[in-house]
Amino acid sequence: MNFIQERLLGGKNGMIGIAILAALIFIILPATLDLFRLNLVGKYLTYAFAAVSLVLLWGYGGILSLGQGVFFGLGGYAMAMFLKLEASDPESTKIQSTPGIPDFMDWNQLTELPWFWEPFSSFGFTTLAVILVPGIFAFIIGYSMFKRRVGGVYFAIITQIIALILTVLIVGQQGYTGGINGITDLKTLNGWDIRDDSSKYILYFVNAILLFGVIFLSRYVLTSKFGRLLLAMKDKEDRVRFSGYDVSNFKIFVFVLSAMIAAIGGAMFTLQVGFMSPSFVGIVPSIEMVIFAAVGGRMSLIGVVYGTLLVNFGKTMFSETFPEFWLFLMGGLFIAVVMYFPNGLAGLWDKHGYKLTNCIKNLQCVNVAKAFIDSKRKTKVDVAND
Amino acid sequence: MGEYTTQELISIFAMQGFAGISLFSVLLLMALGLAIIFGQMGVINMAHGEFMAVGAYTTYLVSVLSEQYFPSFVPYYFIFAILLSFFIAGALGYLAEFALIRHLYKRPLDTLLATWGLSLIMQQAFRSIFGAREVSPTLPEWLLGSYQPTETIDIPLNGLFVLGLTLVVTIGVFILMYRSSWGLRVRATVQNRVMSGAVGINTKKIDRLTFALGCGIAGIAGAAFTTIASTGPTTGSLYIVDTFMVVVFGGAGSLLGTIVSAFSIAQGQSILEFFISGSMAKVITLLSIVIFLMMRPEGLFASKVRK
Repeated sequence: MNFIQERLLGGKNGMIGIAILAALIFIILPATLDLFRLNLVGKYLTYAFAAVSLVLLWGYGGILSLGQGVFFGLGGYAMAMFLKLEASDPESTKIQSTPGIPDFMDWNQLTELPWFWEPFSSFGFTTLAVILVPGIFAFIIGYSMFKRRVGGVYFAIITQIIALILTVLIVGQQGYTGGINGITDLKTLNGWDIRDDSSKYILYFVNAILLFGVIFLSRYVLTSKFGRLLLAMKDKEDRVRFSGYDVSNFKIFVFVLSAMIAAIGGAMFTLQVGFMSPSFVGIVPSIEMVIFAAVGGRMSLIGVVYGTLLVNFGKTMFSETFPEFWLFLMGGLFIAVVMYFPNGLAGLWDKHGYKLTNCIKNLQCVNVAKAFIDSKRKTKVDVAND
Repeated sequence: MGEYTTQELISIFAMQGFAGISLFSVLLLMALGLAIIFGQMGVINMAHGEFMAVGAYTTYLVSVLSEQYFPSFVPYYFIFAILLSFFIAGALGYLAEFALIRHLYKRPLDTLLATWGLSLIMQQAFRSIFGAREVSPTLPEWLLGSYQPTETIDIPLNGLFVLGLTLVVTIGVFILMYRSSWGLRVRATVQNRVMSGAVGINTKKIDRLTFALGCGIAGIAGAAFTTIASTGPTTGSLYIVDTFMVVVFGGAGSLLGTIVSAFSIAQGQSILEFFISGSMAKVITLLSIVIFLMMRPEGLFASKVRK
């Protein structure tokens, strides 16, 4: 019990935070929003996986990856390939010149399924691939970079180039990937229709449960000895190295873990939104994931979830009403967060939140408000007397 | 490649090579500015592409204004536009350093995010002012047409002009950094900031002017860019990743490395483009550079091990 409380939930304060977030996601939002909006929240929460992965990698590890969209996308594409194969059985694709292959392959004059699509007809393989393909990819990148002590801004730029390569590749190889439109028209998961209302509810809750699972896992990792080493590496890498630890192995591990977490988000994205396209893989989505983490607070697993929700709500709201201001606001947000609130929302809460909680606890609010009104009245009277 | 004769292949290489030289010129001009800022100051300027767009839009504005009000000035406006682009982009860079960058020197990863924010704001500003459509200035007549050394080779004049401009700017930057007393101060500041301060160099002023100079050169790149393509609000962001690659591949802090790497990236890409599709040419170029950087992270020409 103690283990759970201390290591997974983060002590008393952590438990309160988790409970509030859980109440919001599991009860308040589903009860108040209609299905369309709830589905949107579900979509945002899939980005929260990427934001949580950045807390591990960037907040604690000090390694900024501008390529989390790559792993998010790989996870999403793995899931989309499975769903697409299921949606293109010979029966429903009989008007094509080659029935039984996905429609975009037929449009691009492919006559048989490419070899790397074959295994994705198995659900078991796909579930493994969602986690393992991004994991292995991250391992290759991480191994070749961290072993050579490439870090900091170089790592950021190289991950960004990788994001660009993958987008160009996906867009260029239309016949194998669906090109710029991505993989669309996804219908069922093992015969279960993912498009009707009840399955949207179910997917929302599955997604939320997975998100909490990932948060618990991350907290477990961060409170372990590894987590402390990670923080030590961020502050004084050389000292950790001179103490006899192999710094690069720790970096590789955290990079692979964060890639896997982002990939789960990608797979859930595909399931809830019903398609996957290169516009969720490239440079811009990857850097947006960084801003979600920065706004929420790069050191806070709970904060980044709020950050993701807030930025995305803002984006949806503004692009519905004043599309031209959204980029100004987003740019301003980047600058403001970096310059004035490096710890994001979570930092603000740590600094000023206790006033609010104290207030509620002691019912001081009423007194404070009374005192404030009295002082105003007094000055007014004073002014009148003068 | 069997279906081409040797004669045709030579012409293809010459012409694609020359197309590559136009790309090389713009990449090099962009990368020079970035190499100064990144190599000398360690600041990641993600808004660098937008400073290039400032130059391109300035050239467009000068072109439109001179067409409307001073038609006799039209043949010469381009030279004036290049200078104006340099000063406007430089002044904006000076402002950005003063308002934003100087607070973040100790946090290089954060400059990356803050300048990304700046680039979003600048992109939207371009869209609000000039509209979402791509614009291009009317080029003076002496820039149109082409030069034909043989029957099968056709080299556009604007490419030659841009190449010449790039040469002038590169030599100018070289002289400024390695032969002038100001350049000496910049290099001293890079090597040992505290010591430079102690011997009386105003390091903050050096930083600000270096940043402004880098942005100004990006402005010239923008003016050059208008001769080979049209400018839209997102033009800058299309080139920023390539430019970073040029700087990193060449080795930060090495001007020669920047030149060699801009040349090989531009040539590799444009010659490959003739034989395979554009997107695959890009993928292959990018991928080979990433693999090269994984094996030799310090880039082509720098000996320092970097962190």
